[in-house]
Amino acid sequence: MSAVHDQVSATRQSGAVAGAPAVEGGVLDVRTLPSFGFGPRSLMWWGTAGLMTIEGTVFALAVVVYFYLRSHAQLWPMRSPPPELLWGTLNTAVLIASAWPNQLAKRAATRLDRRGVQLWLTVCTVLGFLILLLRGLELTALNVRWDADAYGSIVWMIMLLHTTHLVTDTWDTSVLDILFFTGPLEGKRYVDVSENAVYWDFVVLSWLPLYAVIYFGARG
Amino acid sequence: MTTARAALPAPRLNAVPPSADDVAALERTWRDPPGIVGWFAAINHKAIGKRFIVTAFCFFVAGGLLAAAMRMQLARPDNHLIGPDLYNQIFTMHGSTMMFLFAVPVMQAMSIYLVPLMLGSRSVAFPRMNAYAYWVYLFGGLMLFVAFALNSGPDVGWFAYPPLSGPDYGTGKRADFWAQMITFTEFSGLLEAVILISGVFKLRAPGMTLNRMPLFVWGMLVTAFMVMIAMPAVMLASTSLITDRLVGTHFFNPGEGGDVILYQHMFWFFGHPEVYLIFIPALGFMSSIIPTFARRPIFGYSAMVLSLIATAFLAFGLWVHHMFATNLPELGKSFFTAVSMMIAIPSAVQIFCWLATLATGKLVFKTPLLFTLAFFFVLVLGGLTGIMLASVPLDLQVHDTYFVVAHLHYVLIGGAVFPLFGAFYYWFPKMTGRMMSERLGKWNFWLFLIGFNVAFFPMHLLGLAGMPRRVYTYGAEMGWGNLNLLATVGAVTIAVSVLLFIVNVWRSLRVGEVAGADPWHAGTLEWSVASPPPACNFEAIPVVGGRDPLWEPEGIRGHVAGLAVDSREVLMTTVLDAEPETRESFPEPTIWPFVGAVATTVFFVGTIFTPWAVAWGSVPVAIALTAWFWPKRHENRAHLALERAP
Repeated sequence: MSAVHDQVSATRQSGAVAGAPAVEGGVLDVRTLPSFGFGPRSLMWWGTAGLMTIEGTVFALAVVVYFYLRSHAQLWPMRSPPPELLWGTLNTAVLIASAWPNQLAKRAATRLDRRGVQLWLTVCTVLGFLILLLRGLELTALNVRWDADAYGSIVWMIMLLHTTHLVTDTWDTSVLDILFFTGPLEGKRYVDVSENAVYWDFVVLSWLPLYAVIYFGARG
Repeated sequence: MTTARAALPAPRLNAVPPSADDVAALERTWRDPPGIVGWFAAINHKAIGKRFIVTAFCFFVAGGLLAAAMRMQLARPDNHLIGPDLYNQIFTMHGSTMMFLFAVPVMQAMSIYLVPLMLGSRSVAFPRMNAYAYWVYLFGGLMLFVAFALNSGPDVGWFAYPPLSGPDYGTGKRADFWAQMITFTEFSGLLEAVILISGVFKLRAPGMTLNRMPLFVWGMLVTAFMVMIAMPAVMLASTSLITDRLVGTHFFNPGEGGDVILYQHMFWFFGHPEVYLIFIPALGFMSSIIPTFARRPIFGYSAMVLSLIATAFLAFGLWVHHMFATNLPELGKSFFTAVSMMIAIPSAVQIFCWLATLATGKLVFKTPLLFTLAFFFVLVLGGLTGIMLASVPLDLQVHDTYFVVAHLHYVLIGGAVFPLFGAFYYWFPKMTGRMMSERLGKWNFWLFLIGFNVAFFPMHLLGLAGMPRRVYTYGAEMGWGNLNLLATVGAVTIAVSVLLFIVNVWRSLRVGEVAGADPWHAGTLEWSVASPPPACNFEAIPVVGGRDPLWEPEGIRGHVAGLAVDSREVLMTTVLDAEPETRESFPEPTIWPFVGAVATTVFFVGTIFTPWAVAWGSVPVAIALTAWFWPKRHENRAHLALERAP
């Protein structure tokens, strides 16, 4: 597999790509174009951006529902104490911290650095499972059940919506990580790592307003 | 490094013009695998698009038969053909089928087939996901009809308001099937939106700047953005409804701090834009058909595009006009009245642009144009009653009466189904290689137009006379009998017309006149390739130089050379100007999207019966999706042979 990696980085270093090819005599020859690209040059980026738009809308709507119900209630939380801050806050800190190895995985991917990707994806995977563990503890400290009242329902809805994202992206990261050890690899897989990192950033960033709503919407 | 290269197969790149060998290799590369397993593994956008269109049309026929059953029941007073319980299921199934299984999906289905051909691309953006989205949609629709056949069809109206649909009144599993049908179809619709946006932005032929994109593609692009904002709302609403019913949450239970009006907000925040998810693609059909049959380019292209975008924004500002009969603040309602009126402006801009195109063109009165012209007549009538309903006092007077039923059918059938039939006639030759019969087409058209007006115009009068919607019968003393009988006669006429359409399709497939590449002498790229198109769509990707490439002297400035013919390579271009950017290898057909959709179906249907299905149901889904993603060695080698890093 290292031969593949060498090949990928060697073509990259050769810098064969100049400006966009032009039409000459009715022919536009594209054989010199690169066969993959990062960020908005890749389809994967646009697909991920689409998913983030959809899921961002879901989170925003869930927050609207939270405050809609809150505006209709005389007491909020209706009869339970607010969620305990310990696990949620700790998990938020770990989530924010996870953005760093995630960024390093992304950078390693754009360098086509296989070893770097292996290292940082493994760190991200381990952190993903740690975060899931902490999320499990968070769910035990919400101080309300989903079937207690409307407050409990929306708190659990928001928590489970976000937890679904944690689970799916931890799974994605694990699969990519294993693939980077076993192969087969090609340039596009580095793009996958890069766009997976963008998605994890979304999972982290979308959590911050949700954290504020869950933990302080019940306190203010 | 050199040894690694040497071990890889040497790629074969196409020449311009492509040689016979290139063309044969492209066909082998891009066609779906043969056999039964191959059928389930198909990912070519034309195969999936055709299945999607046929499936959506079958649901249209099923929904239409349900409507016919209702019309039979209502044809005379005190009728007992259908009892109240079955009638409730039938009207709910009719509305749900038409809105969620036909009207929105059929538009996406048409775009799956047409957009890559219009853009000069070899594929949709994520062909495997496209196949997956189709299977999920199909299974969701089948689930609903299986439930109906087992007397568990939803019976709470197509918008399923709580408390009627909640755990206290909606007993059994009926409303749960409705809620999960929403999950299936909206999930599929959301995936299709992502696929469409990615493709439109990255897979256009070189030279097709956004400013040269066909208006149908613009319409689908705007629709896809609306889907991404609107559909999450109904998914959240239906999920909250199903958790209220299954695990005891209280979103819509006033006794524990919930609120039923919240459901209406969430539903209509989706539901009103949904009308435009149906209407805007139909506007795209109009903008494709009118220039071709007026023999001139569209008038006011930029104004048309801006109107589409304006419509999309305004569409999110009028959901409350479905809720004028609730106790919301009156001042707030007047805002929604204003927006409801304002959205007429961009619609009118487009109508005037079409009229200008028609008025200055040389009209060719073929069936597609006839259906398009009917749009003006029928939609304007629906629009006029829409302006009436946008006013709160009038809306309160006729709320939940047949006046509303008449209005919504004028808008949706006039605004979407007439253009859709025009589109079927217009693109049928492209999809099948054969023309449809003009004679049957004209019969189909006139019977539909007359039948439609005979069926639905009387409903305005019935509504004004006080007949409520969703009643299974009425007393003779109400005096509604004659108009109802007339409406039933109209419904039968529509049924005959649709039957003629099916006969026309069936006959034309076998004995229709051979169409050739461009039977209408149209201007857009899909007409530059054979009918039906080859598996790869374009034997060489065109370089586009204008909005109507086939009509302009410099419309096609050349062709692309240097793409692989023995591997699924596509050309990707920049978002705004469509400059060549990368060559990307696309995946091969595989059975896994089908398997993934089956696993997803088990998951979704399982959750109707036990919440634990969320846990065990997700395991097969994860396995299937991972197997789908996992790269195959032979594909990997082909890709590496073409690899060139940025």
